[in-house]
Amino acid sequence: MPVTVRTFTSTAEAASALSSDRGARYLGGGTLVMRALNEGDISISTIVRANDHALRRIDAAGPRVTIGAGVTFAKILAERDLGFLHAPARSIGGPAVRNMGTVGGNLFAPNPYGDFTVALLALDATIAVQGGFGAREVPIEEFLQSRDRQAGSLVISVTCQKPASSDAFRYRKVTRIRPKGGSVITIAAQVPVSSGRVLGARLALGSMAPAPVRARAAERALEGRQLDASTIAAAASAVTEGTSPVDDALGSAWYRREIAAVHLRRLLSGQE
Amino acid sequence: MSKTALQFRHNGRDAAIFVDGGTNLLVALRELIGDMTPKFGCGQGGCGACSVLIDGELHLACLTLAETVAGRSVETLDGIKEGPNLHPLQRAFADHFAAQCGYCTPGMLMAAKALLDRNPQPSRAEVVEAISGNICRCTGYEPIINAVLAAAASRARA
Repeated sequence: MPVTVRTFTSTAEAASALSSDRGARYLGGGTLVMRALNEGDISISTIVRANDHALRRIDAAGPRVTIGAGVTFAKILAERDLGFLHAPARSIGGPAVRNMGTVGGNLFAPNPYGDFTVALLALDATIAVQGGFGAREVPIEEFLQSRDRQAGSLVISVTCQKPASSDAFRYRKVTRIRPKGGSVITIAAQVPVSSGRVLGARLALGSMAPAPVRARAAERALEGRQLDASTIAAAASAVTEGTSPVDDALGSAWYRREIAAVHLRRLLSGQE
Repeated sequence: MSKTALQFRHNGRDAAIFVDGGTNLLVALRELIGDMTPKFGCGQGGCGACSVLIDGELHLACLTLAETVAGRSVETLDGIKEGPNLHPLQRAFADHFAAQCGYCTPGMLMAAKALLDRNPQPSRAEVVEAISGNICRCTGYEPIINAVLAAAASRARA
């Protein structure tokens, strides 16, 4: 069924078009919205686009990086200052999907997709959102809790702190086929070590709940301790606490719970 | 619902069509322009059969809103032959039995071309990565990977 396409030059206009029309969806890279249209999703009556250059901007020179919502994964892989995000970006799709899919769209990608968002959750990112009445900054956790009720607003950019060292941020996506495939489980871990102890651990899991979630019990097991075998074992045994994985074609909920501890242990102990 | 006028370069020629709102590039190419080389596989971004180059970059036509290519250059398999001769990749696919049913082949060739255009001498791992978004249910991929590597080698000799 044909839909109406509305293209704006500013994000503010696009946001106000989104907030005034229930059937409006924002089109980023197309990998979610065009897919929905191809499947005959009749809830979409209007496609809203914005050609605002701010959406494609990357500011990565300093310790705090800001990435426009319209930046593709291919662009992230081409940016040397975003090296810490290369592993999650590379884990998404094939080359064509990485040329299309965007950071902003990934925030809305349902399981078994949305791996980049798992990384952003572990990095404690902030999401800049433009509503019909102005812009605001939302912590990513809060954003994810209400992401299905975000109608009428538009993600402008994401911001996060660069990890203290290359060891302080780790990422692993488990798939059934390599190098590409949907996530059986995705783990991102921020484990900054200060004077031999973990300070400010943040663990995020993908495909273990309806949206990416933190593994708080495992974080507590790491916090203030040396990152040694017994600490890692304690974190691994707590990693599934509070998760609610589902059965899908890639794996059962049981299987996901079983392997979460194994992969967290390998990730934290630096094993392949 | 009104139609939108759309002009872009299609395999080096100007193309002008009218599209309904929400029409994807694959439908525009196949049904409005008549270029049947990009295939419809899944419509979800999972199979790569509709792969085309937009301004030289590999994209999935089925997930591209047609009107976003206004003023840009779209290249499909139909445009890669060199005069009366097959493109070296096409020749290599034929020589290495890299096509059986042939449905994935246009997408595979475009993904391979996107790779060789910017990396003329790829490693085997780079070839595997480059076609990782394209599904083939016949060949088991090995003949395709060998064909891409052979095409790269023949280019290097030429």
